[in-house]
Amino acid sequence: MSTHEQFADDLALLALGQLQGDERVALEKHLEGCAGCRRELEQLRGDTALLALSAAGPTPPRRARERLLKAIAKEPRAPKAASRRWTWTLVPWFAAAAFGLAAVFFFQQSDRLSQRVAELQSESAQQQAQLERAREVVTTLTSTDALRVTLVAAQAPPQPQGKAIYVRDRSSLVFLASNMPALPPQKAYELWLIPTNGAPIPAGVFKPDAHGSATVIEPPLPAGVEAKAFAITVEPEQGSAAPTMPIVMMGAGE
Amino acid sequence: MATLYDRYSSIVYSVGLRVLGDTGAAEDVLQEVFMQLWRNPGVFDASRGNLGAWLAVIARNRAIDVLRKRRPETDIADVVVSVEPDMAGEAERARAMEKVRGALGAMPEAQRSALEMAYFEGLTHTEIASKTGEPLGTIKTRIRAGLMALRKAFAA
Repeated sequence: MSTHEQFADDLALLALGQLQGDERVALEKHLEGCAGCRRELEQLRGDTALLALSAAGPTPPRRARERLLKAIAKEPRAPKAASRRWTWTLVPWFAAAAFGLAAVFFFQQSDRLSQRVAELQSESAQQQAQLERAREVVTTLTSTDALRVTLVAAQAPPQPQGKAIYVRDRSSLVFLASNMPALPPQKAYELWLIPTNGAPIPAGVFKPDAHGSATVIEPPLPAGVEAKAFAITVEPEQGSAAPTMPIVMMGAGE
Repeated sequence: MATLYDRYSSIVYSVGLRVLGDTGAAEDVLQEVFMQLWRNPGVFDASRGNLGAWLAVIARNRAIDVLRKRRPETDIADVVVSVEPDMAGEAERARAMEKVRGALGAMPEAQRSALEMAYFEGLTHTEIASKTGEPLGTIKTRIRAGLMALRKAFAA
């Protein structure tokens, strides 16, 4: 690639943006077909950029940076204007731009987000309160210190009693027993869910306390089983897969 | 964009300040150059040279336009710059600056002043010739020789 000597001086002027009139027209026409001179023009522009370095030193005031970033924030970039000739070297550039846009986006979102956070905090506080209440109920039901009183018709001797509360849709079961007779060692009571169809399903093993009270809270149960009745048998401590006769207590749903 | 700004704002601003001699006007040029880049990210790609050099050329052209109170003349998309030193890093830039200043100092006074008048004052070779009372051809040659001397300083 060689430069045409007759254009050498004019190329320098063109690089400086100072070639006008016929000379400029003639040179631009020549450049269209001459890669050597085009290359030389690019180099000359590079040389002028070096010259720019001789002025380097002063730094712009901080307000100039803020002004630019503000202007950018106000003016989202039109995507179609981009990428005449896209190359990988622009990736960091786009990343920087994306960060800029993201910053603006998040800035705009921040109000809405903080509002949402406040809502969530209030919801969470409510849920926390409900949870506390539920926990208290469960603690009361399961507490070994609790005073358990079974009220029966006056003058009737105390009878063993069990109360099962079962919600089929949630497979949720709470069982409370009172006045249960004490058991021989290595034995326990086992609660059974008697489904409308099929074999009894184990619904928890329990041992009554010194006062004959016991609770079974949320034993693991298969989902959505329709219960016909609940029953209690005496089983080995670890429980059984099928009830051992006889049934000591039984009750059907009302 | 902030990163690019932090890297190149000083060179863009310096050129504008040197040409226009006014901090407010230099800030305007700085703003315009970076906004152009923001609006048209596709105008620059690596085949146009390194970004620092490209921005310096664009900034100088824009500052000269402002100085001469004329509409922007060159389409920035057409500006291709070929230059060796990478102006991205502080250290490279400082080294390059030293070399440029050295090369300018080593030039004959008439050559350096012709180059600076053309570059920083935006005077045409005709204007320089009438100012110095020298033939047009001599001025043209000096300008080119000055640019070549700078290139040579970096080739060495």
